[in-house]
Amino acid sequence: MITETGHFSLALALFVALAQSGLGLYGARRGDEALMRCASGAAVALMLLTLVSFGALTYAYVVSDLSLVNVATNSHSAKPMLYKISGVWGNHEGSLLLWVTILALFAGAVVLFGRHLPPLLKARVIAVQGLVAGAFLAFILFTSNPFMRLARPPLDGNGLNPLLQDPGLAFHPPFLYLGYVGFSMAFSFAIAALIEGRVDAAWARWVRPWTLAAWVFLTLGIALGSWWAYYELGWGGWWYWDPVENASFMPWLAGTALLHSALVVEKRDALKSWTILLAILTFSLSLLGTFLVRSGVITSVHSFASDPGRGMFILAMLTAVAGGSLTLYAFRAPALKAGGLFAPLSREGGLLLNNLLLSTAAGTVLLGTLYPLFVDALGGGKVSVGAPFYNAVFVPIMIPLVAAMAVGPLMTWKRTDLLGILSRMKFVVAATLLTGIAVWVLAGGRLGDLASAGGMALAAWLFLGSLWEIGERSMLFRASGPEVVARLKQIPLAAWGMTLSHAGLAIMIVGIVGSSAWMEERIQNMKVGETAKLHDVEIRLDSVSEVPGPNYAALSGTFVLLKDGKEYQRLSPERRQYRQPPRPTSETAIHSTLLGDYYTVIGEEAPGGGYVTRFYWQPLIAWMWAGALIMSLGGLVSLFDRRHRIGAPQGSRKS
Amino acid sequence: MKRLILSLLLLTSAPALAVDPAEMLKDPAQEARAREIGAELRCLVCQNQSIDDSDADLAKDLRQIVRERISAGDSDSAVKQFLVDRYGDYVLLKPPFNPKTWLLWLGPLGLALAAGLVGRAYYRRQRREGAAPQPLSAEEQRELERIMKDQG
Amino acid sequence: MKRRLAYLLPVLVFLGLLGFFFRGLFLDPKAIPSVLIDRPVPQMDLAALPGRGDTGLKSEHFKGQVSLVNIFGSWCVSCVAEHPMLMRLKAEGVVPIHGIDWRDDPVQGMLWLQKNGDPYTRVGTDPPPGRTAVDFGVTGAPESFIVDAEGRIRYKHVGIIDERNWRQTLLPIIKELQK
Repeated sequence: MITETGHFSLALALFVALAQSGLGLYGARRGDEALMRCASGAAVALMLLTLVSFGALTYAYVVSDLSLVNVATNSHSAKPMLYKISGVWGNHEGSLLLWVTILALFAGAVVLFGRHLPPLLKARVIAVQGLVAGAFLAFILFTSNPFMRLARPPLDGNGLNPLLQDPGLAFHPPFLYLGYVGFSMAFSFAIAALIEGRVDAAWARWVRPWTLAAWVFLTLGIALGSWWAYYELGWGGWWYWDPVENASFMPWLAGTALLHSALVVEKRDALKSWTILLAILTFSLSLLGTFLVRSGVITSVHSFASDPGRGMFILAMLTAVAGGSLTLYAFRAPALKAGGLFAPLSREGGLLLNNLLLSTAAGTVLLGTLYPLFVDALGGGKVSVGAPFYNAVFVPIMIPLVAAMAVGPLMTWKRTDLLGILSRMKFVVAATLLTGIAVWVLAGGRLGDLASAGGMALAAWLFLGSLWEIGERSMLFRASGPEVVARLKQIPLAAWGMTLSHAGLAIMIVGIVGSSAWMEERIQNMKVGETAKLHDVEIRLDSVSEVPGPNYAALSGTFVLLKDGKEYQRLSPERRQYRQPPRPTSETAIHSTLLGDYYTVIGEEAPGGGYVTRFYWQPLIAWMWAGALIMSLGGLVSLFDRRHRIGAPQGSRKS
Repeated sequence: MKRLILSLLLLTSAPALAVDPAEMLKDPAQEARAREIGAELRCLVCQNQSIDDSDADLAKDLRQIVRERISAGDSDSAVKQFLVDRYGDYVLLKPPFNPKTWLLWLGPLGLALAAGLVGRAYYRRQRREGAAPQPLSAEEQRELERIMKDQG
Repeated sequence: MKRRLAYLLPVLVFLGLLGFFFRGLFLDPKAIPSVLIDRPVPQMDLAALPGRGDTGLKSEHFKGQVSLVNIFGSWCVSCVAEHPMLMRLKAEGVVPIHGIDWRDDPVQGMLWLQKNGDPYTRVGTDPPPGRTAVDFGVTGAPESFIVDAEGRIRYKHVGIIDERNWRQTLLPIIKELQK
């Protein structure tokens, strides 16, 4: 019964979504307030219907209702509750339902929190959201219905891939979707603005918090996925440039550019048509990711069971959303008036440079991801574009970006004196050079260490530069103590957020450079009682035992890490054999320190007795996750800036 | 997007412990070369993994063959060529620079140049329009009136 | 006017991409073409399966007549599904089929043939690391190659041979080569 309710809600939701877009667009055109209020009502109804539908599917998973195809293929009654719930979005159909539910939540949020939006803009935003939701609902209902019944339910389900039975991964998809779908808000605002033919500072101020929120979620989602790959896959890596990772990284790059360009629109009324284009592209790249992963067009390690029928549907959707909006853009954008003037060396100039570099980066990832398809479609056979390609081309794009990031916030609007800034920053310049030299010497002083030294210097430059900006604002070292405090208090939260995010990236770079430059790996066969060296510790295999789990049996090894002969840490990695589906996984055991991670993996029993063990020393890698967290935290702090508070009345802003 | 489903494709390649100590070369320098080469060769059955990361049987075989070639005295590029002769360029995760991949390798540079041109065009137009405000075209005039009306 | 054209650029680029995506839906990214077409079969000297009574499989066995090489193994699930088709081809006698027992214990391979039937003229065993299979550019089992009378590889078939692909693709090539 509950299942039927969910299914019915989903079908009803499709009609409501269509009504929402129709009423919104027509109402705004006619200026009819009653119609526009109906659209708002429809958005709230859509939110409730999708929630009911999602709740019904979740319920089916919780009680293991195996009469549903979706539950029977993806769940199992003996699975822990957390993974029963995360199993809802651990498959194609359920994840789409989550997608559309989040989309409806965002549209509902516009209705509930957007009281101060101009009614026409609001109605059009809601309408565009309804259009996107309608397309997704049709996709779900016609090709990927999670509420399909089985004529003869099996005794138990197939279970969820054990690699996914992990807390890190349980929450990774919802965060990603909040990010992807969050960008639909910027998209809807952009389309509404194109229809109205007007983009101004107020528009930018409404768009920015939504974009910022989506960006925070996406950053967290990507970081969570990367962290999961690090500790769960047991290969010691954390980023593989797999198409599926690229699919989340491209919208992130474009979304980051959008955040910065919307700032220029808000403060200086410039870069308007560019910002609109970015808003369209960011969401289109999110949709493109969906297409690539679910159509089977690109091979990826991680992909949903692909199906050309679904591929065709998503392609049609992509055509409608991206093609339609870009066509609208081609006709309406030329009418947008360019605003404030600025010199290339100015805050706006810096932000434009940021945008151009981030777009180049996103374009590069897109090129690499699609290149095998291009060559194949033109009859050129198969080529592979793997991590070595990206590592070679991506770093040169990032270097100028990061270098400019430290200076950008210090520049003044309209025009700036770059040499003046650099001479004020001479302490930072000196510290950067010192860091580079120190790292180079400490690393061994070989020619090959120059790259890592350069990377660390860049991180120092960005970190110190970001702090320097706060220092200048507060007149640290120049004004009296109380005045500095007073000035610090006046710095708006948005500025603190920016500093945090920039400094977070610097910290992340430390982790990336450190772990890729100085990683150590030891692979060996060990019998109980034997030791192996890793970095500054000796690792002894103390014991190996069989440990039963809820839906698996594990082989657990206990390693003792010895530092200078004394016990320092105990780690117990496992090799698990899951029962349903029958698959082995390995649970790494990691001891994290600020200097680096001790990473241990245990494998099968080797033929001659003993166990295959694999150890990594991953220098500074914790900095990477910490950096990613700080970055998102920066976004969150900015979000709490009074000026960004959603729906804050436009007129109450001073300054 | 979804790292969340490691697909059925992956069934053949259980995670972890790809490189086995039993298959490693005695000479650490040669083993290091083998690892470096392995990281650049695609595990053909598991799509986007290198043979170094994969537990698939074929990857294991290829790792062993790479090590045999190294022991036999082949250079790094000869080892890779050995596999390209059998599996094609597809086996290389870092595509070679040839007519088929010119666009790929030069693409990022092209994109950067295009971005630079866009930036330059922006400043030029801004300077031109900023220096001498041009009279509104008929279309722009209509647009202006429409906006004024909207706001009014 | 030139400015207006610039605004058209994004949608034009998108339309180009769309063409590729559409084309991509009908391409199989996992189908890897063989680079060995028209090249002689690899040098090989594979041992026979115990008790089968042949002398194994050597490169010179491919000279003189068109043949089909089939990669199989007792561990290979799809091979069981393909096997009845191979038995039928043997009965029809259109082309001799040679087997390469890949990554297998020869004893297991022989037992498997005894159980499922033996369609092969000659069988060679290629234990791990499957050097001959790698020389053939094999990525999985079953895979089959059509070799012409001069001992050159002319066609590679990935996956199970069934009635349909046999009639439509493999048989016409073999007939053509046998002329």
